[in-house]
Amino acid sequence: MLKIYFLIWFVIAQLLSNLAIAQTTRIEITDGQVERIPIAIADFTGPDGIVSAEGRQISKIISDDLQNSGLFETVDSAAFIDPPSSPDITPNFANWGPLGVEGLIVGSAYFDSDNVLQIEFKLWDVVTQKPLTEGGGNADPAGLRRIAHKIADFVYVEFTGDKKYFDTKIVYISESGPQEKRIKRLAIMDQDGHNHRFLTSGKDLVLTPRFSPTAHEIAYLNYFNDEPNIYLFEVGTGRTEKLGSFPGMTFAPRFHPDGNKLIMSLAKDGSSNIFEMDLISRSTRQLTQTLHIDTAPSYSPDGEKIVFESDRDGGRQQLFIMDKNGGNVKRISYNNGRYATPVWSPRGDVIAFTKMLNGEFYIGIMKIDGTAERLLARGFLVEAPTWAPNGRVLMYYKQDRFEEDGTGGKTRLYKIDITGFNEAIVNTPADASDPAWSPLLGSNP
Amino acid sequence: MFNRLLTICAATLLLAACETASMDSNEVVGSSSEASSGSDAAASASSNTSSSSSSSSASSGSGSASADAMPSPDELLAKVGSTVYFDYDQSTLTSEAQATLDRQAAFLKANPSVRIVIEGHCDERGTREYNLALGDRRASAARDYLVAKGVNASRLTTISYGKERPEIGGSNETSWALNRRAMSKIN
Repeated sequence: MLKIYFLIWFVIAQLLSNLAIAQTTRIEITDGQVERIPIAIADFTGPDGIVSAEGRQISKIISDDLQNSGLFETVDSAAFIDPPSSPDITPNFANWGPLGVEGLIVGSAYFDSDNVLQIEFKLWDVVTQKPLTEGGGNADPAGLRRIAHKIADFVYVEFTGDKKYFDTKIVYISESGPQEKRIKRLAIMDQDGHNHRFLTSGKDLVLTPRFSPTAHEIAYLNYFNDEPNIYLFEVGTGRTEKLGSFPGMTFAPRFHPDGNKLIMSLAKDGSSNIFEMDLISRSTRQLTQTLHIDTAPSYSPDGEKIVFESDRDGGRQQLFIMDKNGGNVKRISYNNGRYATPVWSPRGDVIAFTKMLNGEFYIGIMKIDGTAERLLARGFLVEAPTWAPNGRVLMYYKQDRFEEDGTGGKTRLYKIDITGFNEAIVNTPADASDPAWSPLLGSNP
Repeated sequence: MFNRLLTICAATLLLAACETASMDSNEVVGSSSEASSGSDAAASASSNTSSSSSSSSASSGSGSASADAMPSPDELLAKVGSTVYFDYDQSTLTSEAQATLDRQAAFLKANPSVRIVIEGHCDERGTREYNLALGDRRASAARDYLVAKGVNASRLTTISYGKERPEIGGSNETSWALNRRAMSKIN
């Protein structure tokens, strides 16, 4: 469906960017303050040098990605004087310097006679007046948005030094109906909210979806036949499969980074313990043995450790780290309050969590030894952090208080830069909870 | 086949009972004359005990349309009290909860063909996965008590809904107290 021939081009681009990268400006971040990088994105042109409809759409997608990241300030194209009519033409930098922009993106985009989208782009450093990176590719019409996200990713990487994350998806729970009979459906969309679609009908209660490392599968909790159990959903085919048969409820699934194992909780007789399932042999292995509640397990990026929450120590939820075989359990959270839903950062150095203290909920991060706790977001009910694959952005959901008059209770997805900067709503068609960010999409989503 | 029909009837009746119960408890919330009983968890729970008995009277009210019908197992269960309540983040059975479960145990002994499913529920003031585990802990606490009172464990199943199926809406102490519960339903 989507054919991207970016590879060769992007190898070239990578060489160019490696040459040029020392000249680019890095962002200095202190105390959650970010100085946005001013950048200009010319509308992409057709073969005739005139702006094309698809070119305008692509420029808008790139612009929205960069602007919404909180790290860029895109300059209104109305201020542009004589933008180059092709990425092969060197801009007249005298026209761009006065706008105060550091970067300029110029590109071409049009559908050829076979209705294949042809794209080229070049990113210029306006200060040094040199190209930073360039690339090109093609796609069928359905691939337009993904190509645009990939270009935005190149710009993001070039200027921030962080890894890319725009070409990703979000799976989450779409909510509707009254609190007592809430209808919950699996839904999937691009990270910017486009290409939204529902994956389940709402007949069965579904919760806590999580992407596999390839983003081809989603593990989630499904109340099919009033028997709550972890299921796998195959994104490409819509096929669902119950994962094993257990003497109790399985819940809180997460994939191993290699995609061949899954970790989860099993609740039985009032105790919840952590189990690992080999997805190939379907054998399971019990990792914790308590009479308490051990849940919300999450692997480290190298798969060697597991962080989880447990009320084993004094009856309040706290965060613990153990070896992958269940040994060497160490508590890491020691500040006031309860800690829950730990998620290991893809960078490996920090853990995101939900914290409850004095009747309020928070999203925060701490180092893996439990130090350097920082709280990023708070509210009446805030939970379920999930990492963008670059470990720089967190998404979670917030539910407002239900008021006495029946109003309130709005439930929305939010994202935030982990500097604590730029908290923003992620648009969804209805109320939304339990987000999970996909890894970077491969060439074959 | 008959069991399925019974379940459907039961579900309909329970639904009716639930609606009545939640309306009643709304009245409790709004009425100042009831406020003298206090607004902490235990008091709210006891106020709901009265509402569950009023729901059984509502059921018998609907039963009066077919005046000579035998009370159904659901009606009988509602009469003895199908729901027990818990304190915040607790699964310990209060003396009131134990009294309700004593009546459930007697009902189950008197009706040996009846099987029940015990649903464990939580208020919204916790994280989703933990509440699923806590709901299991509450349902298991109720089941274990019934088994200790001589009910055969094979007649009892449990399911946790965490914070997904509150009895009544609202983000206040009264709602939360009514939502921290283990509910027995005819299976």
